[in-house]
Amino acid sequence: MRMHRTAAIVLRQFYLLRGSPARILPLFAWVAIDMVLWGFITRYLNSVTTAGFNFVPAFLGAVLLWDFFIRVMQGITTAFFEDVWSRNFLNFFATPLAISEYVSGLVLSSIFTGVVGLAVMILLATVVFGLSFAAYGILVIPFLGVLFLFGIALGVCATAIVLRFGPAAEWFIWPIPALISPFAGVFYPISTLPVWMQAISRALPPAYVFESLRAILAHGTVSPSALAASGGLAILDVVLAGWFFSRIYRHAVRTGLIARYSAETLS
Amino acid sequence: MEAGIFVDTTTVLSVTGLHKRYGDVQAVDGVWFDVKRREIVGLLGPNGAGKTTTISMILGVLEPTSGSVRIEGIDLASRRSQALERTNFAAVYTPLPGNLTVMQNLRIFGMIYGVPKLAERIETLLQQFDLEPFRDTKCGVLSSGEQTRVSLAKAMLNSPNLLLLDEPTASLDPSAARDIRARIRGFADQGSCGVLWTSHNMYEVEEVCDRVLFLSHGKILLEGDPKTLPGEHGKENLEDLFILVAREPLALERQ
Repeated sequence: MRMHRTAAIVLRQFYLLRGSPARILPLFAWVAIDMVLWGFITRYLNSVTTAGFNFVPAFLGAVLLWDFFIRVMQGITTAFFEDVWSRNFLNFFATPLAISEYVSGLVLSSIFTGVVGLAVMILLATVVFGLSFAAYGILVIPFLGVLFLFGIALGVCATAIVLRFGPAAEWFIWPIPALISPFAGVFYPISTLPVWMQAISRALPPAYVFESLRAILAHGTVSPSALAASGGLAILDVVLAGWFFSRIYRHAVRTGLIARYSAETLS
Repeated sequence: MEAGIFVDTTTVLSVTGLHKRYGDVQAVDGVWFDVKRREIVGLLGPNGAGKTTTISMILGVLEPTSGSVRIEGIDLASRRSQALERTNFAAVYTPLPGNLTVMQNLRIFGMIYGVPKLAERIETLLQQFDLEPFRDTKCGVLSSGEQTRVSLAKAMLNSPNLLLLDEPTASLDPSAARDIRARIRGFADQGSCGVLWTSHNMYEVEEVCDRVLFLSHGKILLEGDPKTLPGEHGKENLEDLFILVAREPLALERQ
């Protein structure tokens, strides 16, 4: 793997962002709106419910972590879509650029966009709505790590789907976080869900993160095995996503889809 | 060859038994050919003959059903990145991203190819292809001729040993096309590069190519010097021979 090739992919994203307010604004606008919305909701809930339970770390903190995951995932898919929209596949894939270098470039780009979103969310949540990360302690770091890895895994899977089914498959990608959120238990314990949904939740790393988040707020402890399970699952998901992308790419090269991507299918 | 000077004419591209089948359609049906250094080889044929499919396989974006491609002896299938480091291409159907400037595109592709002293190399190419006034212009607003020059500048970034050009002058006016042909001819003559060139302009092919391969229905039907080949088949010029290949390939297959 050659770093200069991965750096070229990151540089391309930097150039695109630098010259385009339409690309810069979404990095923080939607997450800022979410923070404001959920900030006021939690304030209202704190004012109408019995004293003793603070909704700010429970809900606003959960929304912040969930939005961070979405930003990481969309950081990868959006970087990939730039090559779809500008019909750049043939230019890139007919060069020495290896798939691992290309995907690494997408991941590095998403770290930058994810961190911008996270910084804006933290600023709003702490300064305006009084969210304190002291409530979670040092465990917020592994929580962010797990959500980051899962965001990467899902982002890479999503790009593979668009590579396989063509530009119109972009429509499938945007709602994926909304589809997962009921199973992830962002706002409620997993035990609230029917048994079949709980089974799906157990396969999703974010479900362990949000269960752990609630456990810390409720009694100050977290299950080390749950944290380890979420980390292990997230790493497994990244490996599986890489394997899945690689298979889809090989299929695209074998069938000629890369060379004729705008046709979407070869039939 | 100048007396006393060694001219390297070793093989830079070796295509062996290349086949590509899509379902029931045999797009490329057993193609063998070589390209040597300093040689410009024209890959000719009617639409749908298999030219772009062949070029896609040489570029590694399409996997052959069978057969192999070796670039400077390096097997493309097993050592793709190393093989393509020595290669570059320009095609009329692959303009560079229109939302980046000429400089930005050249810098990104220069990094991908690992070009040493990239800034210097880009300046040289901007001069060579008369692109200096457009260095900070987005590629999407350039005329098609200017975009072609940017694509060719990109194709020269890594001083490739194998250059693939798929109808490189298709969108250029005759004056610009002549200029580009002269540059590429000069590049092939001076360096250690072999060029595989497709074109439907037979005048251009006759002017620039050392050797031509006529492809029809995925097979090479004819091969030879573009200046003498028409006469060998009873035709006045290359265009007449092209039309014969397009309309009566079976007659040539029997020869």
